[in-house]
Amino acid sequence: MEDLTSPKQEQENQEPGEAGRPWEEIAASSQDPKSGLSEPLEPEQQPETGPPPRSSPAQSPQSRASTPLDDLTGPGASSSLSPPQEASFTPTLALARQEHSDKTTNVNPKAGTPRSHHLEQSSDKGEWTAPATCQSEGNAFQQSQQTKHHLYRPKDVSDNSSKQKELRFNIFQEEDSNSNYDLDHAGPGVSEAAPSLLEIAIQSAKAYLQKTSSKSGLNLYDHLSDMLTKVLDERPENAVDIIESISQDVKMAHFRKKLDTLQNENEMLPIYEIAEKQKALFLQGNLEGADQELEDEIAENSLPNVMESAFYFEQAGVGLGTDETYRIFLALKQLTDTHPIQRCRFWGKILGLEMNYIVAEVEFREGEDEEDIEDEDVTEERDDGDSEAEENDEDELPRTFYKTPQAIPKEESRTGANKYVYFVCNEPGGPWVKLPSVTPAQIVTARKIKKFFTGCLETPIVSYPPFPGNESNYLRAQIARISAGTHVSPLGFYQFGEEEGEEEEEVEGRRDSFEENPDFEGIQVIDLVESLSNWVHHVQHILSQGRCNWFNPIQKSEEEEEEEDEEKEEEKGEEPDYVEQEVGPPLLTPISEDLEIQNIPPWTTRLSSNLVPQYAIAVLRSNLWPGAYAFSNGKKFENVYIGWGHKYSPDNYTPPALPPVYQEYPSGAEITEMDDPSVEEEQAFEASREAAALPVEEMEDTEEDEDEEDDED
Amino acid sequence: MEGQSFGSPWRQLLLATWRALIGAVGAMDAESLLLSLELASGSGQGLSPDRRASLLTSLTLVKRDYRYDRVLFWGRILGLVADYYIAQGLSEDQLAPRKTLYSLNCMEWSLLPPATEEMVVQTSVVKGRFMGDPSHEYEHTELQKTSEGDKVFEEEVVVQIKEETRLVSVIDQIDKAVAVIPRGALFKTPFGPIHVNRTFEGLSLSEAKKLSSYFHFREPVELRNKTLLEKADLDPSLDFMDSLEHDIPKGSWSIQAERGNALVVLRSLLWPGLTFFHAPRTKNCGYIYVGTGEKNIDLPFML
Repeated sequence: MEDLTSPKQEQENQEPGEAGRPWEEIAASSQDPKSGLSEPLEPEQQPETGPPPRSSPAQSPQSRASTPLDDLTGPGASSSLSPPQEASFTPTLALARQEHSDKTTNVNPKAGTPRSHHLEQSSDKGEWTAPATCQSEGNAFQQSQQTKHHLYRPKDVSDNSSKQKELRFNIFQEEDSNSNYDLDHAGPGVSEAAPSLLEIAIQSAKAYLQKTSSKSGLNLYDHLSDMLTKVLDERPENAVDIIESISQDVKMAHFRKKLDTLQNENEMLPIYEIAEKQKALFLQGNLEGADQELEDEIAENSLPNVMESAFYFEQAGVGLGTDETYRIFLALKQLTDTHPIQRCRFWGKILGLEMNYIVAEVEFREGEDEEDIEDEDVTEERDDGDSEAEENDEDELPRTFYKTPQAIPKEESRTGANKYVYFVCNEPGGPWVKLPSVTPAQIVTARKIKKFFTGCLETPIVSYPPFPGNESNYLRAQIARISAGTHVSPLGFYQFGEEEGEEEEEVEGRRDSFEENPDFEGIQVIDLVESLSNWVHHVQHILSQGRCNWFNPIQKSEEEEEEEDEEKEEEKGEEPDYVEQEVGPPLLTPISEDLEIQNIPPWTTRLSSNLVPQYAIAVLRSNLWPGAYAFSNGKKFENVYIGWGHKYSPDNYTPPALPPVYQEYPSGAEITEMDDPSVEEEQAFEASREAAALPVEEMEDTEEDEDEEDDED
Repeated sequence: MEGQSFGSPWRQLLLATWRALIGAVGAMDAESLLLSLELASGSGQGLSPDRRASLLTSLTLVKRDYRYDRVLFWGRILGLVADYYIAQGLSEDQLAPRKTLYSLNCMEWSLLPPATEEMVVQTSVVKGRFMGDPSHEYEHTELQKTSEGDKVFEEEVVVQIKEETRLVSVIDQIDKAVAVIPRGALFKTPFGPIHVNRTFEGLSLSEAKKLSSYFHFREPVELRNKTLLEKADLDPSLDFMDSLEHDIPKGSWSIQAERGNALVVLRSLLWPGLTFFHAPRTKNCGYIYVGTGEKNIDLPFML
């Protein structure tokens, strides 16, 4: 405000005959002269033609905010106003300059001659949002404004009384400014009539509109002008229908501005973090060193062509989107670069509640993954030691006869269910975590529970029967089950290796190794679709024991049997002497042998496209594990799983019932409770005893009686 | 899609954004189908390229033939033999019952009858997967009491339920249970009709992660039961539908932010296969259902 005064005063001084410059500065905010006023100044403003009321940007600011905004650029127009008027005028100028284009609300005040300079120049300036421009372009905007200003000619002053808001406030402004000028400057040779009643009415109406709201600090005048500016800027369709929402938006925008930078920081951070992580993925290819070529060769062997598989799966309608798949591809590359991996495959994606898992199936090179096994053995030994110590201390307490069934040992790595090692990450770019090997107990329990994954590997699994492990173990168990159930390949793609153990005992004779068949010639896609016997499982079936290779629990170490023979003879009655060996379908069984689920075939086959069958691929969809897909184009095949990680069952899930209470003590005469004898029974008993003891010495009888009484007490 | 060209390119741009605004709300609009499919692809199921191409073509024809205001691709129900592709047509009023169409090959669409209470009750006894053949009939034996004179017999009656009926009721149930729309995308005028909010700029990032910013896209059921105190905070023009916050069982929605915060994905656990996506601060949102069409009744055990 204070800044304005000085320039204004200067300009006032300069009024009489000065040409352009100071007024060009003013022009931004100044008002256009009305026709009558502009005439004397014509020589200065060439382009200014007659059009009487050229709305000036200055006017609109005046009409607008009364909120104090101090930046005023060339407050030329303001010079004509008296200081008391400045308060309303200059802030409006600033506002106007900042927020609004000149299109709206340009009203030409009836200015006096000094003002007319400003007015003319302001009329020239089209854009008063850019104060700088207004200073330089004296004439340019005049023309541009002219057309627009025409629209906003204050035509019907008489309408003021109706208080219509649409474009009337232009008139208000004009009148107002005129009246202001008139009131303020008697000096300049403008001799206008004293404000008429109409003008007073307009003024008061305007003053009312400019009343600041006690709640929000806005006033209606400014709000309306903001709104109309926005409408005129954006020109939406059917503006009248959405005017309320526009009004709301303008109000919100008014308050939001200052907080912008603060909020953005916090919210945008995760996006940037993820982008950084993924950038690292893209940059990892720049390995240094002379071994790069060698590494590349090895890496090529182990890295699968994820994009190619993704292309085929997309034909089937399965997939994660090209972007996501490519990132997964790079993440797999990162995995193969950092770990000594023989072979790697994208296994799939398991959805979780808070985060998802991306799973990679990996086969280490020979001799690379011995670490975990040692750790687990150590913990087992410790447990045994503790239990023995306890037994020595508490000999006297009765021990239960219950013996926990022996834990079935997990399979060695690289065999059976632990054939592959699995790595998971939450998002491509995130760190890969190795999942622990799976134990048969975990698989058995996993079959009995059904839980969603949360996305955090350390989450405990709360369930009945209690799951031995946390989410990473449950995840691993489900992965094992899904692999065993749904990994299939075309018949003949894999064949058994050289068979050395054909003659061995049945228990160990199951072939569990296979290799690619180099002579595989491919199967017609049509055949793959029509007959399920052209597909085989190439992952071993998991027995109900939880292992792929049968483990006989009776076959306790022979040493134990010899030592505890005596005890065992008593207990053998409780344990079955012979546990039937569990047999599952052998490896490379065609999937036509799979069991149906209540009359639903376990697999659905489809051609990927009916429109172009010559290039279509065969797609297999599992009905038992929804989300498991396999495709083959005759020569190539791939399996993937994208889903929640649960088996399908048409019936509801029922948690298993609790087992019956264990009978620890056989009910016999010693332990069974008996009712206390009733009075009659006691008397009968005594009577019979007395009858029997009568011939005996009387002393002994009495003693016995007393004894009996004591006992009964 | 109308290939009109109006005057200035600026005006064309405005029109395009207007259409996109309209089209971005609800299930996948045919016009923004490709983008929507890409955004919802995180759940793994999508459409193959030939289906996508045929959808785009056929949906525009459907829109013309049936004179719908908008046609949305609703999703895909996986059957044993074939899959159903479902689309819905809308009229001006957003909450009015929609017309559902199904197709087996994304080219020829057939109108489905509207769902009735009776249908829902009737098909609730059918369990298992969809066959994929609309004329397939499920047989269900019921014990019905028939009274003849004084005696009451219990007969075993074999009720035949057509798969089409089941399809209709399942789609209806899914829509009523888990169709989602962000807060602010629709607004209610005082006169009743509900319109697309053209000034909806998308949820802000902090809002987008809260379940309370999403509504069920159906007539409100719980709204009336709210206490006056709760209602006082609501904005009647925007909060006229039930929010997802109070769904039972709690936790039946999985809300995730993918790609940092650039995309918010809601997945329903009650009807697995329903994915709702929204890119915060933009108008892109939509939902799609790709699944077997069976409710996950085991949900309470799984949480």
